[in-house]
Amino acid sequence: MSIDLSRFRQTFIEESREGLDIMEAGLLGLEAGTCDADTINAIFRAAHSIKGGAGTFGFSTIATFTHLLETLLDQVRSGDRTVTRPTVALLLSSVDVVRLLIDAALAGQPEDDAPTRETAAGLRALLADTPVAGAAAADRLVPAAATGWQIRFRPHAEMLERGNDPTRLLRELGTLGTLRVTPDLSTLPTLDALDPEACHLAWDLELDGSDITAAAIASVFEWVEDECTLTMTALGLPEPGATASAGDAAAPSRPAATAAVAASSAGGEGSSLRVNTEKLDDLVNLVGELVITQSMLGQVGRDFDASKLEHLQAGLAQLERNTRELQESVMRMRMVPISYAFNRFPRMVHDICERLGKRVELRMSGEGTELDKTVIEKIGDPLVHVVRNALDHGLETPADRLAAGKPEIGVLRLSACHRGGEIVIEIADDGRGLPRERVRAKAVERGLIGATDVLTDEQVVDLVFHPGFSTADTVSDLSGRGVGMDVVRRNIKALGGSVELRSRDGQGTTLSIRLPLTLAILDGQLARIGPQTFVVPLVSIVESLKVDPQQMSSITGRAELYRLRDEYIPVLRARELFGLPPEAASDAPALLMVLEAEGRQAGVMVDELLAQQQVVIKSLEANFRAVRGLSGATILGDGTVALILDVPGLIGLTQRGGDQGRPTRTSRDAVAAA
Amino acid sequence: MPSILAVDDSTSMRQMVAFTLQQAGYEVVEAKDGVEALALAKSRKVNLVLSDVNMPNMDGITLVRELRALPTYKFVPLLLLTTESSPEKKAEGKAAGATGWLVKPFNPEQLLGTIKKVLG
Repeated sequence: MSIDLSRFRQTFIEESREGLDIMEAGLLGLEAGTCDADTINAIFRAAHSIKGGAGTFGFSTIATFTHLLETLLDQVRSGDRTVTRPTVALLLSSVDVVRLLIDAALAGQPEDDAPTRETAAGLRALLADTPVAGAAAADRLVPAAATGWQIRFRPHAEMLERGNDPTRLLRELGTLGTLRVTPDLSTLPTLDALDPEACHLAWDLELDGSDITAAAIASVFEWVEDECTLTMTALGLPEPGATASAGDAAAPSRPAATAAVAASSAGGEGSSLRVNTEKLDDLVNLVGELVITQSMLGQVGRDFDASKLEHLQAGLAQLERNTRELQESVMRMRMVPISYAFNRFPRMVHDICERLGKRVELRMSGEGTELDKTVIEKIGDPLVHVVRNALDHGLETPADRLAAGKPEIGVLRLSACHRGGEIVIEIADDGRGLPRERVRAKAVERGLIGATDVLTDEQVVDLVFHPGFSTADTVSDLSGRGVGMDVVRRNIKALGGSVELRSRDGQGTTLSIRLPLTLAILDGQLARIGPQTFVVPLVSIVESLKVDPQQMSSITGRAELYRLRDEYIPVLRARELFGLPPEAASDAPALLMVLEAEGRQAGVMVDELLAQQQVVIKSLEANFRAVRGLSGATILGDGTVALILDVPGLIGLTQRGGDQGRPTRTSRDAVAAA
Repeated sequence: MPSILAVDDSTSMRQMVAFTLQQAGYEVVEAKDGVEALALAKSRKVNLVLSDVNMPNMDGITLVRELRALPTYKFVPLLLLTTESSPEKKAEGKAAGATGWLVKPFNPEQLLGTIKKVLG
């Protein structure tokens, strides 16, 4: 039977990548001196599994290389080798090499063997001082020209208790040649002394065949060599002295797996998602329930009359619940822990610190916080940028830290947590903080602000996000040319999130990133403005209140302010913004929704508040065109289109002065199209 | 058809073993470590156990020792998956009560050959 192994290769590759991550994390811990036996075992086990799988699934280069790695790790594990920094460095580069080999295998390309050879040479050099057991001298027993073998096979009494059946061994021997079996009953006890669970028999065997090697026979008895007494005598030899006991027979050489490596499908990677089995089981259960509801409704519908109304309503209620649960379940499946994005940092921090001569301890928390896979994929690069910035600009060298009276080792904290409908990611260092004076000076130099402008601390910090701004005196190869922070902010905003930077002189910098949990679903408040229904993201609603005309005031041009408990907030007239017909005098806007984004508030006049519900976001850009003030659209239960307000965008409009009230052509078109 | 308990912490290896054996008509139960395997083996009797050695929670050798101590598994073939680099593991496995071993890497044909030999 031929079994195609290629179907298991993808799984092997995925679990190898996980194994490499475990090894890397463990090795980094090893260096910090916080390593215990469990960690070493976990590292070893990962290497061991990769080696075993690689051999089985036909990745011979990986198998050969990981064998070296495993041998070295085994010495560490058994305490025969102490771990030095160079050893850890070598092991870490070995992890890199295996990653490269896996990538190459996946892409079906020949691997670039320069790094492989170099690292393998390093491993061999390190192993050279410990003699590695050479290949067993297997052919010592090959006889000249035996015509057969005489074998005495005396199983020990407890052989059966190892699950070995002597008759199986006889059967197997019979496949090698012609076998004559003579039982030896001499050790058989009397019936009252007989232990039915012990083996009391022995056999004298004659195996005829001209090309049977001692190794072939030994391999039959391989598993029982300690559970029996075996003597083998070659027959038909000039000298009848070729007797060997099975104990001397070396393990037969086994052919290495030679599964053909099928060219893997191109580009298959990256689009797959590993889903927790429990989540999948939930989904299957829910689909089962849905099928039941469907058949129930089908039955009600077949011969429907008014008496079945109650059944119909019950069925519909059940369907609603099924749908909601199914939706939640599917969305949960897209949620992956943020550790997918965090995992790269221990290694990165280690490498960068080596290069910069800094000493930094990375503390991560909340790695299990889940968010949408799409968000995770897009958050990776901005995070890398921020971490690099912190290491490069924020954290000081050990000497500088000591001089400043701080502990020699800097701390970089990376944390994630859920807060409301958002995830908050914080990158905090205890470095020198943002040098406000230098930031200011640089901004003046760049013409971003005037030399005499008075800026609040917040405004100074905000300058960092300006395109092309950089305070580093020398351009390093790490953080580049200061194109960083504005790009970071832009990327985060594109995900519907926001960035905030806090800094205290000499005490460090904290960057907070707030992101929506998912980009596909939104908890929304439906609101009617004129004939059109809008969706307002629930997270951005502060409150909704009945408008008191007394509190409205107009300032310059058309901008309006609403006085809300001693504070004035700008008011947007959505009717005008989106080109909807002005309300009749009698039906003045009843309600003001106070919305908040990025710490700023604004009010939006609406006619009526409708239901709260989750909506599936459809892109306006993809289906129509990007529209100012709207972040997307959705289709409601009755089939009509509702437009989703872009709250940060709308609030931005109020900041830009008096033009907010003027309708834009595109927003009018969008509403007309809806 | 005889039933086989396949134990391995590596999903790909376990899937490969299970698939190969199922194709050959065996009934296969899977476990990802010794603890899970022991619980499964206690809940239902299988005709053969095939286990990896290096696993978290409970390794293959401990699993063999535990199983062999159970009256129902006294004579049941218990096979270990070992690598050629660990001859001492074979001895350790035997001492714990293993019937024999299969050396990694192996291909499906070698796996089936070994299983057929043992189960007859």
